[in-house]
Amino acid sequence: MIDPTTNLAIAESFLQPMGPVAAEQLRHLKTVTLLTLIAVVPVLVSMPWILWRYRRSKPTGEYRPNWESNLALEWLMWGVPIVVVALIGVSLTIMTFRLDPYKELGKDPLQVQVIGLDWKWIFIYPNEGVALVDELVVPEGRAVELTLTTDTVMQSLQISAIVGQIYAMPAMTTKLNFLAVKPGEAQGMNSQFTGNGFWKQKFQVYSVSKEEYAARMKKAQSSDLSLTADTYAILAMQGTSEEAKKPLAIENRKGPIEMVLDDSKIFQRVLARYMLEDMTPESQPGSPSYDPKKSSLPPASDKPMMGMEM
Amino acid sequence: MLDAIFGRLTWDSIILVQAVEQPNVNTFITASAAAMMPIGGVMIVALLTWMRWWKPLFEWLTSVDHKKIGTMYIIFAVIMLFRGVVEGILMRTNQAVGLNGGFLSSDHFNQLFTTHGTNMIFFVAMPFLFGLINIVVPLQIGARDVAFPRLNQISLGLTAAGGFLFMISLMIGEFSTGGWTGYPSFTGRLVNPGVGPDYYILAIAISGIGSTLTGVNFSVTIYKLRTAGMSFMRMPLFTWTALCTSILLIFAMPPLTACCAMLGLDRFLGFHFFTNDMGGNLMNFINLFWMFGHPEVYILVLPAFGVMSEIASTYSGKRLYGYTSIVAATMCIAVLSFTVWLHHFFTMGQSATVNAAFGVATLLIAIPTGVKIYDWLATLWGGRIRFTAPMIYLCGFFVLFTIGGLSGVILASPTLDYQLHNSQFLVAHFHNVIIPGVLFGILAGIHIWFPKIYGFRLMESLSRITAFLWAIGFILAFMPLYQTGLMGMTRRTVAYADPELVPWMIVSGIGSLILGCAFLSILLTIFVSVLNRKKLMVPFGDPWDGRSLEWATPAPTPEWNFAVLPKVECRDAFHDAKAKGTAYQPIEKYDDIEMPANTYYGFIIMMMASGLGFGLVWHMWWLAIASLLGAIATAIIYAFLPQKHNIIPAAEVREIDEAWRRAAREGRGVTRDDECNAANQGLARPDNITNP
Repeated sequence: MIDPTTNLAIAESFLQPMGPVAAEQLRHLKTVTLLTLIAVVPVLVSMPWILWRYRRSKPTGEYRPNWESNLALEWLMWGVPIVVVALIGVSLTIMTFRLDPYKELGKDPLQVQVIGLDWKWIFIYPNEGVALVDELVVPEGRAVELTLTTDTVMQSLQISAIVGQIYAMPAMTTKLNFLAVKPGEAQGMNSQFTGNGFWKQKFQVYSVSKEEYAARMKKAQSSDLSLTADTYAILAMQGTSEEAKKPLAIENRKGPIEMVLDDSKIFQRVLARYMLEDMTPESQPGSPSYDPKKSSLPPASDKPMMGMEM
Repeated sequence: MLDAIFGRLTWDSIILVQAVEQPNVNTFITASAAAMMPIGGVMIVALLTWMRWWKPLFEWLTSVDHKKIGTMYIIFAVIMLFRGVVEGILMRTNQAVGLNGGFLSSDHFNQLFTTHGTNMIFFVAMPFLFGLINIVVPLQIGARDVAFPRLNQISLGLTAAGGFLFMISLMIGEFSTGGWTGYPSFTGRLVNPGVGPDYYILAIAISGIGSTLTGVNFSVTIYKLRTAGMSFMRMPLFTWTALCTSILLIFAMPPLTACCAMLGLDRFLGFHFFTNDMGGNLMNFINLFWMFGHPEVYILVLPAFGVMSEIASTYSGKRLYGYTSIVAATMCIAVLSFTVWLHHFFTMGQSATVNAAFGVATLLIAIPTGVKIYDWLATLWGGRIRFTAPMIYLCGFFVLFTIGGLSGVILASPTLDYQLHNSQFLVAHFHNVIIPGVLFGILAGIHIWFPKIYGFRLMESLSRITAFLWAIGFILAFMPLYQTGLMGMTRRTVAYADPELVPWMIVSGIGSLILGCAFLSILLTIFVSVLNRKKLMVPFGDPWDGRSLEWATPAPTPEWNFAVLPKVECRDAFHDAKAKGTAYQPIEKYDDIEMPANTYYGFIIMMMASGLGFGLVWHMWWLAIASLLGAIATAIIYAFLPQKHNIIPAAEVREIDEAWRRAAREGRGVTRDDECNAANQGLARPDNITNP
């Protein structure tokens, strides 16, 4: 089981990759850097040499005040950057398609819906019927597809050690596919500035065995707290997930907030509110006058909405 | 009643009052900053009165002389740079002790990074460059003034009005916390109902209109006012880059004005351009902003490239290598700069095809940029390199800017951007191109052209120290951020929880303090140089053995620039004339010179624009409406008033010009051995060249 007291290092960056995407990104970083150095090193090496050779005080090279063009040199000066850029361009294009965050990384990826709030993330597992706040648990070796939106300003969900980031925006969904191949703990975060609590908006990602995953879901399913429109409105108040425990009346509970899904369509209802409602300062999460009592989610629409591939 | 007069301005909006009511570190810092303005204001008024400088001050403020307007831009930029550097130091030292929370409150830190970015881009870098362009371009193309001198004054006035709104937010109210990019819906009416985003929108929109007009003015100036024989391919490189920048300004500023106006409509009138609900879409703001924002990068860096070209050839006593290549490369960069804006948001969820296309387009810019750097290196090849302050900036630029280019290529890859976007790596990258690129170019440019306007050189030794301080401070302050970015640290974070970041942040904090010293060193250089100006005089006007036309005038340059407009027969026209011995030939016929007279037009527009902005921010509708109507009335009235000119009689011009030419013909001049001592009076003798 996940024990928060283990001393395993938390992977915070793609320098310690936990999945194939981050590993390829790290490799691509090295490729791009090495290729660019072909064009950069000549500058760094020749500059001191030229400065020394043609210093006015004691020059060792001939003075050629009118020398201003040389065809061979011209070819070299344009040619080297063009070749380097062409090589990087090919590598860049291949990698962009290969690591497209919308591309599924395996058959039947685990579906997780993510709602970004100030300053916490709700991870909804619609098939398991649970929601976790600021904790994302995934079975090691299984592809995962996150579908993201926010119910406040734009955010960007990033899990550096596994995949990177994608923006999450209100009234829209974006997708992030990833795969963790090693067991372990990684840090996830919001990287898009969202106000005073921004720097605290981190979450834990656990890559665990199938059995551990099942056990974790089972534990969450037995939670006495359920994610309803009312508890959601409370979670949407500005503050970290720890700070949300008090208004939810669970302030003595340790660990992340676990909830049972009362309504499997809460994610769709959050999206729908921006299509159907004229938001007011009281109903808009993130606004200083937001009031959970005056902010209600519309019922989920039966028809699929524009821009949603649910 | 009070509401009608003061809008939403209350007693508590004034920062000094807040400091009295809730004294703590943050209000102490803001209050000190706020207090500097009234105290500084009183001191300036006292100084002006004591020295009886009011009249000269108004002669400056109403002047349409491009050299005076350029100087005012630069003074404005130096004042704003002071604020920007202090903000940078506060942020970096806060992060140095920021493990789980530094000494700044989150709200204060958020305002700091917003004001720092907005300030450095709109009120430091741009005015600095406009100042240099104003001072140098008419002189380089052999013109007496810009095409539209009064419009030039209005541009300055609008920039100053934007700066006024920006500065007054220190004293009254608050500034935005949404970053210099100001993305909605964070800056929208619902999430941020305060005055901060309004200050932000109005400050950059008003100064942005001024910048658009500057672009119009200088492209027309360069197209139309070149002296006889100055074909495009004979223009000095700085003028070429100024032309590209002007064209970019014309095309790039309108999207900014438009997206600010739309965000303003959302905020003031409840429109839904960028809101979350009712069909608004924040992605449109982001697109529009970067359609301005990316060309803006090149608006800033191209003139700096121009300065680098001038340094490479002047301070190695040699022709510029690959003139045609550099011109072509500059134009390529200008065009390509409009095709890459999407790389600022690769992570917004668009398809891989779109990302790859913009990634490759971004890489393409690296080609002409690389070519330029090779060309400057080749310019030094075969020269006689003098290690004066501008050459130190050029060398720093070679090494550091190239590293910035490397990190730029890394960030151009969408795949890597998924990791590095919004990280400290990005912060390191853009400081790495803006400080060694733009700022080094500006500071070197000031060192080079300062004597042209004031008649005396800056102290060489102090200028060199300043250059080294900037370079060392930059390396310490920003290189560590590459590492912390790779380690997963985001930008705009007031605090962090990972202890491994602490050593890097401490180094960065120390670097920021050195950058503070570098700024003080600029002031010290100017101050000491003014004190020693007698020894640093260069009345003949050519202290660096210059090559282009601006050096063919005395220093300080007279109001009319050229007694008789020069004729140009080749590139490096002045260098050619000196080589042929015709540089200071007597002139037979002098004509009366007609110069535009001083006007209050720009000054009035500045006051009106400030009133409009302040009125809108605080919902003082009477002030906003009165100012807007006043500005329109001013424009109409001035359109009907006949434009006044001062006639400078030919006899007066002859007397001054002949004396200068005679003295120059009779003077011995100095070789480059004496470039940096008192013997250098601005008359260059052919250098004694030692060959191995």
